[in-house]
Amino acid sequence: MIRVETLSKRYGEAPPVVDDLSMEVAAGEICAVVGTSGSGKTTLLRMINRLVEPSAGRVLIAGEDTRNLRGHELRRRIGYVIQGHGLFPHWSVADNIGTVPRLLRWKRAAIDARVDELLALFGMEPATYRDRRPAELSGGQQQRVGVARALAARPDVLLMDEPFGALDPVIRGRAQDELAAVQARLGTTVVLVTHDMEEAVRLGHRIAVMDAGRLLQCATPAEMMARPATPFVEALVGGAERPFRLLSLDRVEAAVEPGEADGPPIDAGANLREALSACLWSGRDALPVERNGQRIGRVTLAALRRRAAPEAGTPAP
Amino acid sequence: MRLLGAAWRIALLLGLVAFLARPSLFAPVFAPLTRFDAPPIYDGTSLLSLTLNHLALTGAATLCASLLALGLAILVTRPAGAEFLPFSRALANAGQTFPPVAVLALTVPLLGFGAAPTFLALFLYGLLPVFENALAGLSGVSPGVSEAARGSGMTGPQRLALVELPLAAPVILSGIRLSAIVSLGTATVGSTVAAKTLGEVVIAGLLSGNTAFVLQGGLIVAALAILINDAFLWVEGRVRARLG
Repeated sequence: MIRVETLSKRYGEAPPVVDDLSMEVAAGEICAVVGTSGSGKTTLLRMINRLVEPSAGRVLIAGEDTRNLRGHELRRRIGYVIQGHGLFPHWSVADNIGTVPRLLRWKRAAIDARVDELLALFGMEPATYRDRRPAELSGGQQQRVGVARALAARPDVLLMDEPFGALDPVIRGRAQDELAAVQARLGTTVVLVTHDMEEAVRLGHRIAVMDAGRLLQCATPAEMMARPATPFVEALVGGAERPFRLLSLDRVEAAVEPGEADGPPIDAGANLREALSACLWSGRDALPVERNGQRIGRVTLAALRRRAAPEAGTPAP
Repeated sequence: MRLLGAAWRIALLLGLVAFLARPSLFAPVFAPLTRFDAPPIYDGTSLLSLTLNHLALTGAATLCASLLALGLAILVTRPAGAEFLPFSRALANAGQTFPPVAVLALTVPLLGFGAAPTFLALFLYGLLPVFENALAGLSGVSPGVSEAARGSGMTGPQRLALVELPLAAPVILSGIRLSAIVSLGTATVGSTVAAKTLGEVVIAGLLSGNTAFVLQGGLIVAALAILINDAFLWVEGRVRARLG
């Protein structure tokens, strides 16, 4: 869907901010771009919608060179979400969400319908929120309106730059789940820039790690944790957290085995990290697993331990 | 308290209108201020026509100064115009540095007596407040909002018209208000070079030692300044409220 070819950005004589970078993001996938500040990840993102013009290389979206369109026309076709939402304070929620459709000269009725549809999609009652000003919303609601605005003209591609950076941890988790659900439903291709590895593992189908303008590795979270390409990647994905991150990638149903266990059950849709936590907290070696209220087996501490070990990134035979 | 303020403003407006329409009614009020049976109400030119002239001159100068200053501020806040910032700033500052009296003295030989040199002096004097406020307002739009506007696919003119100017409007308006009020007071000086403004009444009073004239001219200008200032503040408040 998005193909980045030997893309570079230089400012004067300084070392390139993005250096000869090539990568691909498949349609319908979330690609999380991770790196320290100054790694060039935001510049890479902004070159995709040409808020920054590349010094060399090109970007193809659905096979079409982005240079074939004028900058503002390209950007009307690509959703863009930034940290701290950037909502227009003098416009109502409805006007904010309708920004791009208005620029594209949609009919009034079509815009109104789309605004209500998106508000409903993000769990905000249209009648209640349509006419509010951004300042009258909570941080989490502002963030949702920001994402709704980016999705309004039904773009195939959504670019997100630290979209959850301004939210407190509790709301951030909820917003991340919501994005994952909306993305799965709409099938939008997403490039998400973040410095938070936890967020990248949680949302990214693939993670791209950048350092000093270069792409060090682009792989699924499991692959990356099992086989980090460089010591830098290892430091980023690794550390004390690695086994837990690895466990958080899989759902309980992937580790379920036949057998009985005592105590309160865990849902098959929970992730393995939550299963480990439940084992440790209740002092049990195994938990009963339920799906839709039906017992389907158990998950054992021993199985969790196996899956948290270094080679666990490879799919079980 | 607000009701009291409004009532006072309305009384002031009614008083002013009454005085300009029928100055002779107020003769007994001003009579004690005159000596040797001098006329208590200025009658060289009608007060109403002087007031209208005064307002027209002030309005025209403020309008022109605001348009140029706003245009310059827009120009220098565009990427392509950034290099004109020092020049524009120097121009606006120079306008403010020259006292209007000096501008009058320097331009009378070129433009002759009357409204023209006064207009020029007021115009130059009015540039700076509008320019500085517009500059502050336009460059004060938060980076996140500008970025979102660009990222949504707005063109440069669309960003200006839909986002930057509306958000900067209250600050720009308060610059125009400052400019208008200063200009209103300064216009009286224009009468030293024979512009038909309310300064004529004051000067006539000073020349003939008639305190009543001085007071009449001064009071009308003061009442106009208070009312115009209030009108601007009201509009600013409305605009600010709409910005949420």
